[in-house]
Amino acid sequence: MSNARTPNWLVLYAIGYLIFLYAPVLLLPIFAFNDSAIVNFPLRGFTTQWFEGLWATDALHSAVRNSLFVALTTCVISTVLGVCAARASTRYQFPAKRGIMGLIMVPLVLPEIIVAVSLLVVLIQLGLDLSLWSVVLGHVLICVPFSIAVLASAFRNFDRSLEEASLDLGVGRVATFFKITLPLVAPGIISSLLITFTISLDEFIIAFFLTGTDATLPVYIWSQLRFTAKLPGVMALGTILLAVSLLLLILAEWFRRWSAKRSGADVESSAGGLF
Amino acid sequence: MTTAQAASGGRAWRLPWLRSDHFTGLALVSPTFLYAIALLAMPLLAVVMFSFWTQDYLQIDRTFTLANYEEAWSEPIYQLLMVRSLAIAGVTTVLTILLAYPIAYFVAFHVQQRKALWIFLITIPFWTSYLLRVFLWKVILGYNGVLNSTLEWLGLIKQPLTFILYNANAVVITLAHAWAPFAILPIYVALERIDRSLLEAAKDLGDGPFRRFWRVTLPLSMGGVVAAFLIVFIPTIGDYVTPRLVGGTDGLMIANMIQAQFSKANNKPLGAALAISAMLIVTSIALLIFWLNRRFTPGQR
Repeated sequence: MSNARTPNWLVLYAIGYLIFLYAPVLLLPIFAFNDSAIVNFPLRGFTTQWFEGLWATDALHSAVRNSLFVALTTCVISTVLGVCAARASTRYQFPAKRGIMGLIMVPLVLPEIIVAVSLLVVLIQLGLDLSLWSVVLGHVLICVPFSIAVLASAFRNFDRSLEEASLDLGVGRVATFFKITLPLVAPGIISSLLITFTISLDEFIIAFFLTGTDATLPVYIWSQLRFTAKLPGVMALGTILLAVSLLLLILAEWFRRWSAKRSGADVESSAGGLF
Repeated sequence: MTTAQAASGGRAWRLPWLRSDHFTGLALVSPTFLYAIALLAMPLLAVVMFSFWTQDYLQIDRTFTLANYEEAWSEPIYQLLMVRSLAIAGVTTVLTILLAYPIAYFVAFHVQQRKALWIFLITIPFWTSYLLRVFLWKVILGYNGVLNSTLEWLGLIKQPLTFILYNANAVVITLAHAWAPFAILPIYVALERIDRSLLEAAKDLGDGPFRRFWRVTLPLSMGGVVAAFLIVFIPTIGDYVTPRLVGGTDGLMIANMIQAQFSKANNKPLGAALAISAMLIVTSIALLIFWLNRRFTPGQR
């Protein structure tokens, strides 16, 4: 069946669709290097001044520091929680498994504004101050399902007889987990860290509701979008962010494939397992 | 998995149940589960409680009242925003799926090698800053934007088009772009799972390409379409950024009002009631779609 000739219109459509998908993303570097204070066509010439301007912006630097703190904390906590849940769901049967896993995965299909509002209400009721930590709480919640999705495929592909061999040789359960299981799924763990880091770095709504006085990077960008004069700088910043996310994702994908190969799974067929 | 099997290795525990799979599984899942209880289930309950209270400036009055819901469901402005959010999310979802289906079909049936690369290419734009992607649509659709200047340069239009920015159209276009990968991936997975011999059988029995698609491929991929519908519809209804950036005043949605109630308007209980109402509506639509799919699509397991 799949050998049937591909109709021309379908190929044309696929190309057109990719152009639609990439159009906004490609504009980012174009305007970042455009020598004009207004973000529109026609282009005026090449400049790197918008990138240079970023070095001199203190508010941006503290936003980057805040975002790095939030994203690093989030990726570590959500990956630890992800390891527990992914291991439990792929290896063990337990009561109310579907309900428990269902609740954990719910943030995938919940509008982020609901997560943000509900955490805000609780924090206000408890009389706690909003800070970067409240943003971390929210980000971990939405990152854990992604972490589980990545790690579950790593745990599922992995050969359980290796663990049984270790147990038979008299190594304890905990030691087996750390000596055998964890190293084997390490690539999955790295890929989970990278993905949750990227998600947290880009998340806006929860950060917008829950951050106190410290702005994260998306909150900073949001505040800049109102001023026309700041836009070329935002484009330059966006270009840098684009390059960083691409790098992280290619790394994540590479680790995922490596992990799949190590456990003998068909790499092509598990493609897209990230999502 | 029985206790006896689990006991084949490891040291002896005092209580057999402690080394059972049930116990280990529960113990292992409990940190993540407790986190979800504490920071998802309880906060959602708190929002429900909040929606039955009232606020007077900074004071929260904890007497039970349905006043917030009465206001949320009867004030024309809230009705308008809710209906508009549903309409925009509905149109966006249908458009996104219609645009996504041929691409998923193309990759599943007509790409022989490098399927993974195609999927990767499709998902890359999704990983760039959401705020900037939405903002760039404003640059594309604006009065002096990329689209208008290109069309003018090509001589296709004399005056810039104005119906494409600061209204619901702009919100739909932008959201259809932002959520594209979420529609493509589930449909692609469903198409990949179709047993190719069924298509051969339809062909051998004399079905032409269109009949075959209509009678075999489409029904068998409906599971993916329904998943795509839910994955796109539920979050878009609560989108805040897109209506704010490209929607103008005629494109504002319910999330913008919820945010306003929590900040400027400072009526958090009303904001909570609006959020809960929106969630209830979305959940009932999702359940309805789920049920319709079960009921009317053949071959559902």
